[in-house]
Amino acid sequence: MPADTVSVTGWGRTAPTTSLLIRPRTYEEAAAAIRGCGARGGIPRGLGRAYGDAAQNAGGAIFDMTGLDRVHAVDAAGGVVSCDAGVSLHRLMEVLLPLGWFVPVTPGTRYVTVGGAIGADIHGKNHHVSGSFSRHVLSLELLTADGEIRTVPRGTPLFDATTGGMGLTGVILTATLQLQPVRTSLMTVDTERASDLDDVMARMTATDDQYRYSVAWIDLLARGAATGRAVLTRGDHAPLEALPKGTRARRHPLAFRPSRLPAVPAVLPEGLLSRRTVGWFNELWYRKAPRARTGQLQRLSAFFHPLDGVPHWNRIYGRGGFVQYQFTVGHGQEDTLRRIVRRVSDHRCPSFLAVLKRFGDADPGWLSFPQPGWTLALDIPAGLPGLGALLDTLDEDVAAAGGRVYLAKDSRLRPELLAAMYPRLDDFRALRARLDPRGVLVSDLARRLDL
Amino acid sequence: MKDAFGIPQSLLVLGGTSEIALATARRLIARRTRTVWLAGRPSPALDRSAADLRALGADVRTVAFDALDPESHEAVLGKVFAEGDIDMVLLAFGILGDQARDERAPLNAVRVAQTNYTGAVSAALVSACALQSQGHGSLVVLSSVAGERARRANFIYGSSKAGLDAFTQGLGDALHGTGVHVMVVRPGFVRSKMTADREEVPFATTPEAVATAIEVGLRRRSETVWVPGALRVVMSALRHVPRAVFRRLPV
Repeated sequence: MPADTVSVTGWGRTAPTTSLLIRPRTYEEAAAAIRGCGARGGIPRGLGRAYGDAAQNAGGAIFDMTGLDRVHAVDAAGGVVSCDAGVSLHRLMEVLLPLGWFVPVTPGTRYVTVGGAIGADIHGKNHHVSGSFSRHVLSLELLTADGEIRTVPRGTPLFDATTGGMGLTGVILTATLQLQPVRTSLMTVDTERASDLDDVMARMTATDDQYRYSVAWIDLLARGAATGRAVLTRGDHAPLEALPKGTRARRHPLAFRPSRLPAVPAVLPEGLLSRRTVGWFNELWYRKAPRARTGQLQRLSAFFHPLDGVPHWNRIYGRGGFVQYQFTVGHGQEDTLRRIVRRVSDHRCPSFLAVLKRFGDADPGWLSFPQPGWTLALDIPAGLPGLGALLDTLDEDVAAAGGRVYLAKDSRLRPELLAAMYPRLDDFRALRARLDPRGVLVSDLARRLDL
Repeated sequence: MKDAFGIPQSLLVLGGTSEIALATARRLIARRTRTVWLAGRPSPALDRSAADLRALGADVRTVAFDALDPESHEAVLGKVFAEGDIDMVLLAFGILGDQARDERAPLNAVRVAQTNYTGAVSAALVSACALQSQGHGSLVVLSSVAGERARRANFIYGSSKAGLDAFTQGLGDALHGTGVHVMVVRPGFVRSKMTADREEVPFATTPEAVATAIEVGLRRRSETVWVPGALRVVMSALRHVPRAVFRRLPV
């Protein structure tokens, strides 16, 4: 089995640690790898899109699951796929779109694996309608610390600990997913500008339920009356009739053709993303958005995954990397959200990827992130002075409001706040102690937060 | 584990009464650090340092450690690492000596060299090995501008720091790619109890300023940190001053 000693970071490129990277090609090899783990254990890793240290394991092993990437079976009539956990959502789209099916939930990138999607219990722009990824998982097979492969049905404690469990209950080997039917690979999109945070929240509250997908981009550098001004984009899969007759799109309605720009070079000058450059970008982005436009046809990739068009976009933050901060607070805690937006805006955080979303009902995963309410995600260069202390105060605000931060994005939370944010944490720890008494499955995230 | 800003959760200080080390520990405790090991010769001062840090909310333990007894280093430090991961080791022990007296008392001079250089070599190697098996961690070594070019006025101390500095740079290169980060810190004249009776020189700094520079260096994963930063330029100029002139400089 190939194995290499490598320095690994998350997508945010902070806090590198060194591990033995093992790439199993069969389930037996994966089982042998987990049985052969040394004292510092192992953790599965997919495509490395978690921003922080969730798929790092200093001094131990990392199981690179992308070698196990077979799509086993597609039920084209019922919309069910079963596949290896190392299959990416990109691959699933390539396979499923021509058959008229789409993944039930996609995050802002399609370069995540099915295993990672379950481990982080990811959500997408359709959370208010479709919930998180785990809601569409019919069953999964889990390789646990003892080297045994268990079938984990829905509704069991092990299922709920595994969905959102950050890979710490075992290595997901296969999953069976319920898919979303689509007629075309295009999206029909409505765009509107909102003049400030209250405006965008009001619009989302009023009309989100008319759309399957909804998200707002927020300008966190705008100040004064414009604080939290936003561009709201909402849409749904385009029906066949929406495609103009006689066009190539109409002739091949289910073609999947994402475009790709050249990759960001490995070495870039530092400080490309300063307050000034991001300020310009945000101004431009806000002004270029139409005040109100309905029914625009967009490709799937442009609507869901604009950043996937730029390979290695995380390099634009330079060597110091960046921090993603995503939190959620419940309905009725809008004041907390307003206060945090104002604080971030007052601190002049050069954030150009800030997005606001309204969550629907939560799913039962014990460490699953979404809860009914609001979520705001923002990215900030790690080198910004005072950033650590600022985020610490935001954490306290979020925890006091009964909210939580997203473990798949975290790289800096104080461990003391975790239990307040995740009330089922003790159950999770107890299950892990029973299932994995030697602590074989461990990551830097688990060590840092004592999961 | 260190967070995205390089702040450690656990810290081992070698030389637990060093003012720079304690200023650094205070700064790190204010951010994330929860576990602190203070290694040093058992003394009331060491216990006081521990009590001060404990008052800030950290879990502080002391461990008997003698730089002049390299044979014991593996056992002493091994016990610390066996208790759990250490995210950062701060090698802060060192003595200044008394140049004028030590020139006439070679054994005193040897003690300076043994503390600052051979003791540090042993402690750094033991720590580096433990960090390497963890796959992560920072080894931060307090060097000095005095090691950049030996001066007439304190070449015994200067040469010991020169050796330590060169050793640390080499160690950093050896550990490149192992997940262990090695950082050399070169402060100028630091106002502290160690230098209380000395005449101040230009570019003097404080333990707090060194602590700040260390925090920034951790975030940037720097390999060399000068405090104040301007010393990088000053010293690279001084390095090239001809001997005949350098000898006469009033530094």
